[in-house]
Amino acid sequence: MTHLAIDVNALLDDLCQQIKTKAIFSQAPKMIGIRTGGEWIAQQLHQQLQIEAPLGVIDIAFYRDDFSKIGLNPTVQPSNIPWEIDGQHIILVDDVLYTGRTIRAALNEIFDYGRPASVTLVVLIDRKGCRELPFQPDVVGQIIHCHQTVKLSGPDPLCITMVEQPCLDGSTLTHSELDQHKESA
Amino acid sequence: MSAARLSAPNIQLNALGKIKHFLTIEGLKKHHLTEILDTAESFINPHTNEIKKVPLLRGKTIMNLFFEPSTRTRTTFEIAEKRLSADVASLDIQTSATKKGESLLDTLWNLQAMQADMFVIRHAESGAGHFFSQHVAPHVHVLNAGDGQHAHPTQAMLDMFTIRKHKGDIFDLKIAIVGDVLHSRVVRSQIQALSILEAREIRVIGPKTLMPVNTEALGVHVFHDIEAGLKDVDVIIMVRLQNERMQSALIPSEKEFFKLYGLTEKRLALAKPDAIVMHPGPINRGVEIDSAVADGPQSVILEQVTYGIAVRMAVMSIIMSNAAQLAQHEAEQLALATQESTQSDTLLPTETNA
Repeated sequence: MTHLAIDVNALLDDLCQQIKTKAIFSQAPKMIGIRTGGEWIAQQLHQQLQIEAPLGVIDIAFYRDDFSKIGLNPTVQPSNIPWEIDGQHIILVDDVLYTGRTIRAALNEIFDYGRPASVTLVVLIDRKGCRELPFQPDVVGQIIHCHQTVKLSGPDPLCITMVEQPCLDGSTLTHSELDQHKESA
Repeated sequence: MSAARLSAPNIQLNALGKIKHFLTIEGLKKHHLTEILDTAESFINPHTNEIKKVPLLRGKTIMNLFFEPSTRTRTTFEIAEKRLSADVASLDIQTSATKKGESLLDTLWNLQAMQADMFVIRHAESGAGHFFSQHVAPHVHVLNAGDGQHAHPTQAMLDMFTIRKHKGDIFDLKIAIVGDVLHSRVVRSQIQALSILEAREIRVIGPKTLMPVNTEALGVHVFHDIEAGLKDVDVIIMVRLQNERMQSALIPSEKEFFKLYGLTEKRLALAKPDAIVMHPGPINRGVEIDSAVADGPQSVILEQVTYGIAVRMAVMSIIMSNAAQLAQHEAEQLALATQESTQSDTLLPTETNA
């Protein structure tokens, strides 16, 4: 098992550049971070992109689809969207996209507040290969394989460590392979 | 550890020590209460105080059985259930089969057969909630919405929530409860909750005729003089004169009661300047509280009603969450036991033919 530190600042800069190329960036978008990791990432992006409207935060605990299996997250906090959702272009930020279930829950919650004009999904890490729902990010910082895991800590400093676990054949992904994945995304 | 369902010593708690039925504050721990208060907080929009609908209990059926009249409690429970996306049925006792001679248990079992997951019960008899909880199926939960003179736990919790919202930690507060302490199930639950949450001082104020014997044993300071009792308190909780529960005339008249124990602006001035005034409702204006106080700037009576929705949502969602966690725990234990059993089977020596 190998631990690799990921340069978060470089990824955040890259995300900002990508977001600026999107058409919605010129349409006064509003940003929402998914608590907890997504909120930390969103705080950084919100500041760097100088988005005027205050940052929204959603806690998807009440929208999870596994409540009847694992119950309620004891650390649930109120969601906080300090502006109207209706007709807005939303940049939805999360730390890791994995099965897609968190994004499903987040979208359900957003639509309970109103009908946005659009939602652009931004993720720091796309953990490919284990998607259970049809969600793909519009903006992604780094792509990894699902047999790799990432550990995010924050908010200050924001640190990400990738844990490389051996594939079934005993090999691990190299950095060049990761870059290739990113290019093909 | 055996996968068999463990019997919890407190009927309210499941095998993991978490709330299964919510019948009384008595016997619960501080972490149980703070979990309810913290969860209730998460249902309220911090900007607007709005309580949004969430899909948490979608597919669950909750039945409200109110054998006693109620406006606030029944309505806030119904709203809370609907905000949790549960399917809700409220039984009209006046036209129910219990009026046709069906026993309470037969009614309960029939309702349970209609796929009820939770019963919310209000009854004139103390202990009704406990009685129901002893007879429901293991997967069904009971919430006490007030039973006789015994307990009204969700009212006490919404009062704690209101206090915490306005005053922060309950730990450092002096709280006065004024009025008919003898007949009030709310007061009993409030005192228990305040004690568990370690309020600095709990005072109860009222005439001797409306005070239970040995009230001090509850860990409170008893005052028969309202002026002395209200001095420097942070919170004043007025409670209603329960005329319907009085077996005999325990006070000369309502007018006399107001003269001696009614909360007026002059008396309110004895408390701390930022003291809040609470009342579980329904209020009797000019009997226990003056309109100028009930409608005044220090009154949080209507906020209590709003917070009642969030607190009841919290209690119901925690109970269903605890049930899910227990089921998962039992499934894990069963899998473990099966695995151990399989392993021990493979270790058994094979029988030889004799």
